[in-house]
Amino acid sequence: MKKGDSLVFFIFIFLIGLLPVLSGSTYIMTVGVFAGINALVAIGLCILMGYAGQISLGQAGFYGIGAYVSAVLSLHFGLPVVVSLILAMVVAAMVAVILAVPALRLKGHYLAVATLGFGEIIYIILNEWGPGGPSGFGDIPHFSLLGYTITSTTGYFYLIWGLVAVVMIFSLNLIHSRTGRALRAIHDSELASNAMGLDVVELKIKVFILSAVYASLAGGLYAHYITFISPSSFSLFYSILVLMMVIVGGITNLWGAIIGAVVITVLPELLRRFEEFDVLVYGLILTLSLMFFRKGLVPILVEKIKKLRGLAVVKH
Amino acid sequence: MLTVFLQFLFSGLTVGSVYALVGIGFNIIYNATSIINLAQGEFVVIGGLLMWFFTESLKLPFLLSAVLTILSAGLIGLLMERLTIKPLKNADLLLMIMITIAVSIVLRGILMFNFGKDPYVYPPFTEGEPLSIYGAIIQQQTLWVIGITGLCIILLFLFFNKTIVGKAMLACAVNPTAAKLVGINVSRMVMLSFILSAVVGAIGGMAITPISLMEYDKGPMLAVKGFCAAIMGGLGSNRGAVIGGFIIGILESMTAGYIHSGLKDAVALVILLLILFFKPAGIFVSKTMLQLRKF
Amino acid sequence: MLNIKGIWKSFGGLMALRHISVDVKEGDIKALIGPNGAGKTTLLNIISGIYQPDKGEVFFLGRNISNLPSTKIARKGISRTFQHVELFGNMTVLENIMVGRYVKTKAGFFSSGLKMPYVMKEEKEIQRKSEEILEYINLAQRNDELASNLPIGEQRILEIGRALATEPRLLLLDEPAAGLNIRETRNLGEIIRKIRKELRITIVLVEHDMELVMRISDSITVLNFGEVIAEGTPLEVQKNREVIVAYLGEEEEIQRGYNAHT
Repeated sequence: MKKGDSLVFFIFIFLIGLLPVLSGSTYIMTVGVFAGINALVAIGLCILMGYAGQISLGQAGFYGIGAYVSAVLSLHFGLPVVVSLILAMVVAAMVAVILAVPALRLKGHYLAVATLGFGEIIYIILNEWGPGGPSGFGDIPHFSLLGYTITSTTGYFYLIWGLVAVVMIFSLNLIHSRTGRALRAIHDSELASNAMGLDVVELKIKVFILSAVYASLAGGLYAHYITFISPSSFSLFYSILVLMMVIVGGITNLWGAIIGAVVITVLPELLRRFEEFDVLVYGLILTLSLMFFRKGLVPILVEKIKKLRGLAVVKH
Repeated sequence: MLTVFLQFLFSGLTVGSVYALVGIGFNIIYNATSIINLAQGEFVVIGGLLMWFFTESLKLPFLLSAVLTILSAGLIGLLMERLTIKPLKNADLLLMIMITIAVSIVLRGILMFNFGKDPYVYPPFTEGEPLSIYGAIIQQQTLWVIGITGLCIILLFLFFNKTIVGKAMLACAVNPTAAKLVGINVSRMVMLSFILSAVVGAIGGMAITPISLMEYDKGPMLAVKGFCAAIMGGLGSNRGAVIGGFIIGILESMTAGYIHSGLKDAVALVILLLILFFKPAGIFVSKTMLQLRKF
Repeated sequence: MLNIKGIWKSFGGLMALRHISVDVKEGDIKALIGPNGAGKTTLLNIISGIYQPDKGEVFFLGRNISNLPSTKIARKGISRTFQHVELFGNMTVLENIMVGRYVKTKAGFFSSGLKMPYVMKEEKEIQRKSEEILEYINLAQRNDELASNLPIGEQRILEIGRALATEPRLLLLDEPAAGLNIRETRNLGEIIRKIRKELRITIVLVEHDMELVMRISDSITVLNFGEVIAEGTPLEVQKNREVIVAYLGEEEEIQRGYNAHT
């Protein structure tokens, strides 16, 4: 992590700790839990898109794999939830490898459609062969570790945001490392990256796997929190929602993924009254941010702050 | 045995026609701009739902409704291009992909707001006894779908090969800079390509709705299948898209009939991934064609 | 150290290289010259693995590298610059050089994410070494600027610096003086000579600026229509009849080579 990131990170941890104290309302905590789950998926997609320059419209597929595998393993095979979560991530990683090796040779549009196709296949599989078919199944065990089971929403809030923090540290470290630089280089010029001896394909595959693992972790947490899952939570719409989070927050800044996830999760709560509009509102938000706020909230904010600071310096 | 097989075959050809039209829609825009318009499926839905609106809700006569539907679809294509594609000119590919997705969601949102989540249907274009071949029943509407698809293909062929405007559009695809130099208005051609592909999609939607119903969220799946049809023959080739569309339609209806109806969508998706992974340039494409392609 | 043996390459119907053989001695500055379309850049692209030859072989330090992809060739110690500058435009000057250190470092995906101690040590080393290189090519004062914001002359120098960061044995320069003014071209010539002398890196140079070529190269190979028409020291080449004829047909070309930046 860089200096600026450490400061932001401190504020971030402070806010997470403070929110449940300020407002214990279950409603706010629930929205917070979902925002955290979405943030995990969004961080992965942000690295994939903003840093490696690859698109994925299939994150819902990995999210679904995480949820179903972890739920089934803990419910039907009696595995401890932590173990089933880890196995779910392993399965998602393996699926990601199988998909990535051929898919990442594809460029732009083709990769977009291929990942979209992958997501839809998973969706169909869950509908056809998932326990309970289209109506899903319940009684999924809660998260527990060392004999202590989390059941309260506030407990999940801390657990999930704690994991967001861990994932964030890992990701920030990664993008400010040799690997992260290489990824940004590939994004800028693949020709020059090859000439510099970077393992272009290998790096792309690794990032793709990472994004899949984050998504599957989120999916698993979702399943154990809500204890009931059905395929409808893992449709194409979720993939697009995550895409929206990344774009609204700012594709080139990892903090943007978190902000985007919070905004896009809170938004429908605010729009409850206009339920028939929701798809339209989402569409308009995505369209308008692509057209007019292409950089996203966080990068725009960062620029503003830098400008203000610049002014302050000039005054002195 | 034969009866059942033929029955599946005909239903495959019917849906296949629509996939072919979606695939051609992809081609028209791709050829003029190198963009894959992921909102292509929504054009089909718009065709079906608007036709319902004009004939069933407003009770307008059939022909007038058809004309109005086509005009509205064309207008939507035009608006999409002028409002979103044109202002983003020269943006990178990732952004272009996302903007067409964004537009597709807006369109879906508008459709859902106006039509709700229910499926819609209206009577076939002509009432009459179905045909029977070896016991397999062919609805008259099936003939309409296939006939209209055929007509579209012939008209498009004539348009691109025999008219100045059509040839100019192809020129834009091959080399936009050169096209500009010889005085072709590239921007107008791009606009025209969106109008044309919206109209082609809408026609498909109008024709298929009496058979397979139409609802607001059918777009993405139609787009994926149409895209699959388009890349089978190599993006940009209309003949390839037609053959691809029929192949997917037939495989899909055979799967639904002989194996399991829940898997019919999976067929197209699996084919799509296999082609993308192993022959992204298309199955029946010559080598020289490949070298001329951008990617 | 570099032996090119009987290379053929065509694009569609166009024959770009016919039976090209060139040898480059260790420690030399070798220039490839010739009129536009003679096949110089194509040859450079074949050496660096961007294209594969139709026929013929390329040996580097005795190893056949003709069919290796460019990534692997880069790791074997051949680095290059591009005719149309290919910097990482959204990264800073320093970061561009740091990317060049990639092949010489090894922090992995996971250990980077976990920020293992050795990763941090290596990262400091990358930074130190990269700053050193910037110092070497006189761009240290620019280290925090975005690469795409530099003037073209400095971009070309930065590209050379990035190539140096990979510690190559062989450096391929594709028209490094294109777009540079006289003063910048002189400076470039100095840097190229310094690199050969102090870092002992062999250099292959494709260049239209005849003054620069004649001044710095040890040996010149002249290509025309995909064939080698002459080879030798600058003096020999200047006197060669065939070369004069080839260039007379392209008098403008010579003029441009001499006068483009005055």
